[in-house]
Amino acid sequence: MRAVMWRGGVGAVFAAVLLPMVAVMWLSFFDQEVISFPPEGYTWRWYVNAWEKKQFARGFVNSLQLALVAAGLGVFVGTAAAYALVRAEFPGKAFLGTLLLSPLAVPGVVLGTALYVFFVEVENAIDIDIRATLPGLIAAHVLLTVPWTVRLVAASLQGIGPAAEEAAANLGARPWTVFRRITLPMMRSGVVAGALFSFIQSFENLELSLLLVGPGRSTLPVEMLNYLEFRIDPTLAAVATIQIVLIGALMLVTDRYVNLSRVVS
Amino acid sequence: MTRLVLEGLRKTYGPTVAVDRVDLEVAEGELVALLGPSGCGKTTTLRMVAGFIAPTAGRIFIGGTDVSRAPPYARDTGMVFQGYALFPHMTVAENVGFGLEMRRVAKAEREARIAEALRLVRLDGYAERRIAQMSGGQQQRVALARALVVNPGVFLLDEPLSNLDARLRAEVRVEIRALQQRLGLTTLFVTHDQEEALTMADRMVVMNHGRVCQIGPPEELYERPADLFVAGFLGRCNVFRGTVETPGTLRAGAIALPCDGGVPGQTAAMVVRPERVGIDPEAGLLPGRIGMTTYLGGLTDWHVETDAGTVLVTRPTPPPGDRLRRLAPGDIVHLDWAGTAGRLLSPEPNGELA
Ligand SMILES: Nc1ncnc2c1ncn2[C@@H]1O[C@H](COP(=O)(O)OP(=O)(O)O)[C@@H](O)[C@H]1O
Ligand SMILES: [Mg+2]
Repeated sequence: MRAVMWRGGVGAVFAAVLLPMVAVMWLSFFDQEVISFPPEGYTWRWYVNAWEKKQFARGFVNSLQLALVAAGLGVFVGTAAAYALVRAEFPGKAFLGTLLLSPLAVPGVVLGTALYVFFVEVENAIDIDIRATLPGLIAAHVLLTVPWTVRLVAASLQGIGPAAEEAAANLGARPWTVFRRITLPMMRSGVVAGALFSFIQSFENLELSLLLVGPGRSTLPVEMLNYLEFRIDPTLAAVATIQIVLIGALMLVTDRYVNLSRVVS
Repeated sequence: MTRLVLEGLRKTYGPTVAVDRVDLEVAEGELVALLGPSGCGKTTTLRMVAGFIAPTAGRIFIGGTDVSRAPPYARDTGMVFQGYALFPHMTVAENVGFGLEMRRVAKAEREARIAEALRLVRLDGYAERRIAQMSGGQQQRVALARALVVNPGVFLLDEPLSNLDARLRAEVRVEIRALQQRLGLTTLFVTHDQEEALTMADRMVVMNHGRVCQIGPPEELYERPADLFVAGFLGRCNVFRGTVETPGTLRAGAIALPCDGGVPGQTAAMVVRPERVGIDPEAGLLPGRIGMTTYLGGLTDWHVETDAGTVLVTRPTPPPGDRLRRLAPGDIVHLDWAGTAGRLLSPEPNGELA
């Protein structure tokens, strides 16, 4: 009896998580401009439309570039920071830990607006364009990718404990060798998960990008919002479906190499 | 095979004194056990020798070289960690070979030495296994092999047996001691288990509150403890408090008890080991009444209530039918011991006799 209830509960949670995604995928095939139930028929034409509207392809490429660079930088900086936070002792450590995680605690729109104002000030001071440039956008997204990496890598480092590293040092390994041969492989799943999640966070971020993108350099989420201002046909559902499938595939592939569920829980 | 010397070693954490002025010499090939209750500073001492903790004061010499400020990788110690600290992402052979690799030993020689080390700990055939596929006892032996294969100047072990079950523990204890003697390793061994220390060590160091209470061979510490703490920590003992009346006699209240020497007028605590107390139904110095009897298989304990307090007596269990075997609670018995069995100590736990 309890097992049945348990399974029922798990099933309900899964349904709650999956249902919106399944609904979006379903909608993307409705053969009508204005969505209504039941559908009048099914079609591929929204996918064709998404392909023909060049802003989506362009936005996709821009987002991909942005997320790859931001996640790459984030993993690098975030891993180093997590290592220092967990293994080293230095003054101000607790403060630095809070500071590194704080972007996650601020609503994206607030952070985006603050960055916009900050960039304007900096532009006035040094006379270099930051808004509407890729580097400016990357700088903003690093504020997402660093905290995510710090969080996941720090959790995995805490789980490992320093004993194996000490054993390696005791066997004659110098600090860099210890890091490369022992620490890094042992926290690999944390680093991979950090990279994956910061990539996703950056790729699908709307709020931070909204004020900072330039003409012709919009990210995919911003392009989707723009499109929504004029039309509400299922093209967006088609674009979203492609995103869901791509990110799902990315997670499945990653999960083959590291056990994601173990890292994230 | 190297001498290890600790000189006035001290470590404080703010107001906490973890280790306080420890002086110790471990001779070449000697096994010294650091023994004491939890929190007495054993691990801190060992980790200072390995180089993971910087001493607040004092010096450490390995083979005559002052290594007090040297980093762990430059110290030539081989350590077995309490939780083994194996590398989970490497095979057994890669674990064991890691230290050799760090020492740039050529591949062919490395493989030969890995095989030899695995044979030494009876793990031949397990070289390609993953650590997760090994049992606790096997992991323990991988950790031993990994530390031994580099032929360390000083062999360090931090409670290496505490994660094993009782039977395995007794077995591995003998194995480690045999290996250590065969290889002639200078060894510092941390344990809180007195039996482990007594059976394995050439010499023992009993510690309490960061300080060394006594250093010596097991027999000496057991039979001639320096203070009440050591006497109570190593084995069981009866303690009688009183004043020395004449050399060889301690007065405890109305009763005069035999003791080992003493200066008349001296206040003292006398320690008598339970196996040194004679027990006889008919005649003896100190009459008493049987309280509890505990059958321990090979040994039997009698708790005897006397005018000098409850006295613990232990004997190899007498054969069935023996008159001692028939003693029941309430029976009158007489206790006795030789003067040499009554060791006089200071009444203070860590004090010296005046
Ligand atoms: N990093 C530390 N910070 C503060 N106190 C510590 C630290 N490490 C150990 N201590 C204290 O030092 C004392 C000795 O610890 P330890 O050497 O681990 O004892 P043992 O190994 O004998 O059980 C204990 O009282 C412990 O609380
Ligand atoms: Mg300890």
